[in-house]
Amino acid sequence: MKKIWRALTAATAAVAFTLCGTTLWGTAIAQQPLRIGFVYVGPVGDGGWTFAHDIGRKAMEAKLKGKVQTTYVESVPEGADAERVVRDLAAKGHQIVFTTSFGYMDQTLKAAKSFPKNFFYHATGFKSSSNVFIYNCRMYEPAYLAGIVAGHMSKRGTLGFVASFPIPEVVRNINAYTLGARSVNPKITTKVVWVSSWYDPAKERQAAETLIGQGADVLLQNTDSSAVLQTAQDKGVYAFGWDSDMTAYAPKAHLGSAIEVWGPYYTLVAESYLAGKPFKENIWWGMKEGMNDFVGLNPIVPPAALKQVAAKKAEIVAGKFHPFSGPIKGNDGTTRVPAGKTLSDKEIDSVNWYVEGVEGKVPGK
Amino acid sequence: MDRFDPLIASGIAAAIPLVFAALGELVAERAGVLNLGVEGMMLVGALAAFATVAVGGGVTLALGAAMLAGIAAAAAFAVLTLTLQANQVAAGLALTILGTGVSAFLGRGYVGFRAPATFEDLPVPALSGLPVIGPLFSLNVLGYAAIAMLALTAWFLFHTRAGLALRAVGESPAVAHALGLRVTRIRYAAVLFGGAMAGVAGCYYAVAQFKMWQEGLTAGNGWIALALVVFAAWRPWRTALGALLFGGVTGLGLYLQAAGVHVSPFVLGSLPYLATIVALVAVSASPQLLRRHAPAALGKPYFEGD
Amino acid sequence: MIRLVRRAAPSRAMLWGSPLMAVGLTFALGAAVFAAMGQPPFSAFHALFISPLSDLNGIAELLLKASPLCLIALGLAVGFRSNVWNIGAEGQMYIGAVFATGLAIHFQERWGGWMLPAMILAGIAGGLLWAAIVAALRAHLHASEILVSLMLTYVAALIVKYLVFGPWQDPAANNFPFTVSFEDNASFGSLVEGTRLNTSVLLTLAAIPLTWVFMKFSFTGFQLRVAGDAPAAARYAGHSEKRAIWIALLVSGAAAGLAGVTEVAGPIGNLNDRWTPGYGFTAIIVAALGRLHPAGIAAASLLMALLYIGGETAQVALQLPRAIAYVFQGLLLMALLACEVLVHFRVQWTASTRSSQAA
Repeated sequence: MKKIWRALTAATAAVAFTLCGTTLWGTAIAQQPLRIGFVYVGPVGDGGWTFAHDIGRKAMEAKLKGKVQTTYVESVPEGADAERVVRDLAAKGHQIVFTTSFGYMDQTLKAAKSFPKNFFYHATGFKSSSNVFIYNCRMYEPAYLAGIVAGHMSKRGTLGFVASFPIPEVVRNINAYTLGARSVNPKITTKVVWVSSWYDPAKERQAAETLIGQGADVLLQNTDSSAVLQTAQDKGVYAFGWDSDMTAYAPKAHLGSAIEVWGPYYTLVAESYLAGKPFKENIWWGMKEGMNDFVGLNPIVPPAALKQVAAKKAEIVAGKFHPFSGPIKGNDGTTRVPAGKTLSDKEIDSVNWYVEGVEGKVPGK
Repeated sequence: MDRFDPLIASGIAAAIPLVFAALGELVAERAGVLNLGVEGMMLVGALAAFATVAVGGGVTLALGAAMLAGIAAAAAFAVLTLTLQANQVAAGLALTILGTGVSAFLGRGYVGFRAPATFEDLPVPALSGLPVIGPLFSLNVLGYAAIAMLALTAWFLFHTRAGLALRAVGESPAVAHALGLRVTRIRYAAVLFGGAMAGVAGCYYAVAQFKMWQEGLTAGNGWIALALVVFAAWRPWRTALGALLFGGVTGLGLYLQAAGVHVSPFVLGSLPYLATIVALVAVSASPQLLRRHAPAALGKPYFEGD
Repeated sequence: MIRLVRRAAPSRAMLWGSPLMAVGLTFALGAAVFAAMGQPPFSAFHALFISPLSDLNGIAELLLKASPLCLIALGLAVGFRSNVWNIGAEGQMYIGAVFATGLAIHFQERWGGWMLPAMILAGIAGGLLWAAIVAALRAHLHASEILVSLMLTYVAALIVKYLVFGPWQDPAANNFPFTVSFEDNASFGSLVEGTRLNTSVLLTLAAIPLTWVFMKFSFTGFQLRVAGDAPAAARYAGHSEKRAIWIALLVSGAAAGLAGVTEVAGPIGNLNDRWTPGYGFTAIIVAALGRLHPAGIAAASLLMALLYIGGETAQVALQLPRAIAYVFQGLLLMALLACEVLVHFRVQWTASTRSSQAA
């Protein structure tokens, strides 16, 4: 019943929208484009997290040419300033505002209270309200695929991970990477170094050098610069790109990049609003919905590995495989996920333990 | 021993740009000028170098461009403080802001790709294989230049008349002026030298080490360089010691993490800073160890017309 | 040829006139930059400077941002006047916030109306403690306060991270790094309805005249100024150099710690690892721009706050890249400093002769 209502409403909306559109087209009045604001935590030129969001913004603009007008504010600190920026965007006629970092969570909620008619979408958080919705992507899926490649390519059986901060988002990527590698080589181990920053090329470089010095020969990172890749190439080992395709930085060392693809989601939210049905869901999408991908695979990766990756990717996209499906053992020996079970989204979003194969313990736990 | 070589090499690589920037600032401060704009000068130098190689220039040209950019930035500061008698602290901070902004603005088109040229390593045949000190002989041309600059600066400051004049200007510009020294001119030279060195440091980051450009590439290392000058008690060789200590302890913290030592990375991350404080206290507490007072006229404007 | 000649006394006219000249100079330079970028200069300036002040909310935001800057700068100025260079106000701010947070998250359920005053005292204590380390090392072990305070800032940031990723993390926070939110009794109340301006700005407003009175009329203030202007005279007069160092650092530490409380118990509402955009460092510029005088500092803090907020407004209104706001800030600061020369010096046109140079 609900489905029929939905379909009917959608059809009516579509008809109404088309009628409106043609009328307006007929009278040649320019329709006010939908104004959409983006709050970025870094500069669009960071080649990483914000860069990926900006690619998504541009993709949406291209798809909805003329119907949307976007504004972005870069490098907004995640303190008291953010609330002001969000308010400012909403007050200046931006019906939709995307806040692209978890540090904007409370500020988005507070600002949204003063603008009940606007819609706010917050990335990677966990609190929502009547006009604040969450969106997140499953980077752990391409991280798993990277692990598979790493499992094939690692000669020394040790992987390295240059990590920013011990939040669940990062811990689950470390776990997925290790699980993927262990599906190829069950004896592989992962060493983790925390640099306590999202972007610090000098520290990232030193971290990479340290890991390589301790025997790691395939590195993954979740920090924002290409220092890890460059270091890997300098030392003759391998690494992966993160957030965007980083082949150009280190063509010899780069094996593949785990990326986010925000364009389709942004387009969907905009189109929904334009169609009169603002998007009101909290979503957590992954490769199945096209929000993540694993690209830029290096031709030196052996065909067997490429086949395995492609097959696994297809399974993930089809919803047949989940990287955190049991049995999974923690590195403290306990069974964290029994056979036949899968970690729930809530568990994935609050994970604070390492899987077997990762050395050490999650800091602070 | 083999386990520590990467640690040492990593520490040295981190120290080289810090040494350049610190040496430049040291000379400026020895002449009595406190230039807090090191971070800004490094960034414009880094961008100039990267842009040069990006459009096809060679690394030597890039180095020259970086030095020129650093000198230009320092010149703005010099005019403000030496001719227009502005407050040095404020002017230096303004330079940092301006340098950060200008480099970020002009550098937008240079993001997203690797430097097409870089400084290759030039290992010295027999010596680079030695344990522990081997990495000191496998540097690139800038690395060797850093060592040369240390020696040159020390020699200049303490074994030449010009160096003596510079130090006199920093201790007491009024007396120096009475002795016939051109205080302002000497200070200009010192500040511009500081700018050139900061530019070289930036070039090292952009073209030799990270081989890329991004806004804020130096991530605060300009401030570390400033701290190193103080730590070194304004003596050139000690900037290298400080830089190695800092880079080395940072590396050690990361090493311990990777080796599985179960200490919070935040605690380990604070080690370089604590170590610097401890070393500074040890050095400052005993006056015999070395004369550690700052140049007496540091930070004070001097007007030649007085 | 142009020569500078020192004035007998600072020119009053230029004291007010030089900032205006600087603004004019920056506008001219900025107009050239914007024109080169194809951006109409007037709308750019409007976005940068006028737009943020155009409504009550805008002014409230300006005051909200200027308040911690002013507070910290006032404390720093006391130190800078006596030649004690506290570069680590940022770290002292962190520790002040940490102390206040420690009280709040453990006792806010039980202490009722006493919570906020206790937090204010705790914040001051935290800043005092962190600055005391610097003072002790400088006064008794001759370690440079510039270096120690700067290094301790990094350490303070790591302490905050350790706490919010570890023992003080909100159990309901999905392992994200922040503490539980502060309740109403642990937060500053709203001052102007509908805006974010809270009662902490009253603390800053009180601090301005207090600092002025302290520096101008109290004996300690006098001692500090002498220590800065003529250290030999200070020693001759028997003023303890150690005492001057301690007081200077403790005052700036206390101010910074207090600013920390006003932030976490104000617009932020909890302690997390990313709450500050570097107020402790910006305050140094504010202090210098304000010529270490409380009134000047108040004005300078408003200006700096305007520059930051204007940068955001310009991004929203005109999609100017954020970097251009930075360029503008740097240009304005440099112009202000350049035009200040006219306060203490006047420009003389002389015939260029060798003899006049050698004189």
